[in-house]
Amino acid sequence: MTTRLTTVRSGALTTVQDAGRPGHAHLGVPRSGALDAPAMRLANRLLGNAPDAAVLETTLTGCALRPDRDITAVVGGAPCPVRIDGRPAAWGAPVRVPAGSVLDVGAATAGVRSYVAVAGGVAVEPVLGSRSTDLLSGLGPAPLRDGEAVAVGTPARPVPPPVAAPWPGPPAELVLPVHPGPRADWFTPAALRTFTSAAYRVSPHSNRIGLRTEGPPLERVSAGELPSEGMVLGAVQVPPDGRPVIFLHDHPTTGGYPVVAVVPEPALAAAAQAVAGTPVRFTFA
Amino acid sequence: MTDDGRTTHTGSLTARPAGRRALLVELPDAEHTAAFHAEVLRRRAAGTLPPVEEIVPGARTVLLDGVADPQALARRVTGWQVPPVADDTGHVVEIPVRYDGPDLADVAALWGIGPDEVGALHGSYTYRVAFCGFAPGFGYLTGLPPHLHVPRRSTPRTRVPAGAVALAGPYSAVYPRATPGGWQLIGTMPDPRPLWDPDRERAALLTPGTRVRFVTAVGAPAAGAPTGAGAVGTAPGAGA
Repeated sequence: MTTRLTTVRSGALTTVQDAGRPGHAHLGVPRSGALDAPAMRLANRLLGNAPDAAVLETTLTGCALRPDRDITAVVGGAPCPVRIDGRPAAWGAPVRVPAGSVLDVGAATAGVRSYVAVAGGVAVEPVLGSRSTDLLSGLGPAPLRDGEAVAVGTPARPVPPPVAAPWPGPPAELVLPVHPGPRADWFTPAALRTFTSAAYRVSPHSNRIGLRTEGPPLERVSAGELPSEGMVLGAVQVPPDGRPVIFLHDHPTTGGYPVVAVVPEPALAAAAQAVAGTPVRFTFA
Repeated sequence: MTDDGRTTHTGSLTARPAGRRALLVELPDAEHTAAFHAEVLRRRAAGTLPPVEEIVPGARTVLLDGVADPQALARRVTGWQVPPVADDTGHVVEIPVRYDGPDLADVAALWGIGPDEVGALHGSYTYRVAFCGFAPGFGYLTGLPPHLHVPRRSTPRTRVPAGAVALAGPYSAVYPRATPGGWQLIGTMPDPRPLWDPDRERAALLTPGTRVRFVTAVGAPAAGAPTGAGAVGTAPGAGA
């Protein structure tokens, strides 16, 4: 019998995520996957799951879930209150959720994305080898909707004994290391100085496709069009308004705006947890 | 050279850094790009390319992403002898088209012919998938001669139906699903489902390097109806 997890409250946006579907960019398929991958892997490790077992990724307001059999879950990533049938439960550590009880993942008290891992992993049907929801191209399962259920896999091994888990805190200020991008020469020397010296802020229009910023625009050397070219994860693309956009996991595989710099993948987890208004600085690594 | 001093030029090839794990190789035109892309795939198949996670062609670039040492790879690729792509390489996919698009008259006027002549002219060329993007399975097809390039529509449509056969700039394309779009619509692929099927081993019908012919579908059934004459045909050597 398959265990099913019914969504009681889907929150602002809750999606299924795993390590995504890299290797298909040449077909126009975004990589997708958990934006805070270390948080996903840590939550899975605490449950004895494979590191990339599918989890739920919430956005700011959490979600609530009701299993039809007893499950063990970990809520991690962005800190938030956790309740089981209204009683406070542990955040960042395995909790037992009895059949029929409601696991409530509260609104994030810091950061953006909490992760709900369950022993056995979320077992929706994979598409191109991944269970991730890709919001750009619509591959994978649709975001959770109230009243709908997802299957939970059978745990391969028992939940290991509890250990102290090193959850990093969401950033109060986002300092993003950058490496040279392929089109740095499209920008004036003054723009490149502005890029690494100005104070930017995380825009509320950020999403799984990109972290948008507010701040001084970067001036280009020329206004010409760039023919479509391949885009990497972490690319800092500069659209015509001049405000840098950092490409996150659902980014388009090709694009036509110049990439001034690239944020290495390990630094993107903090970017995914930076709430709107967080100060951003770029610094050449 | 850029300020970082790591952009490498050799002959017609420019290797640009794209972070610490990727290299963007820029070529002078679509033909050199297709040739370089084919060379990358040849060397990967022969086992002489260092591990690369993604090989993503663009209009005039090939992105090599997920590379341990991009600078070392840049030095290698700049020494490659890259033969031009022969016209008869790559498997051929035939796409049936009803030339009934809402922009047929506009395109005919730009081409200086009658609307009923667009299909024969468009179908007289062999195309090649230069790169994919925009949506899974959406291929940008080159092969239309420069005098037949047409601009995008001044006002994009909020919805272009799946199967729409469209033109913009140097490219032809077939929309694998309904999306907003600004291309000129000249026809319809009666059953667009083969363009993208993630349950198939090869999810995309139109992959970079694939050659494409458009074949006029006479009296083909409407999209979604059982297909016979309107089905996608593949020429010998087309693979699975």
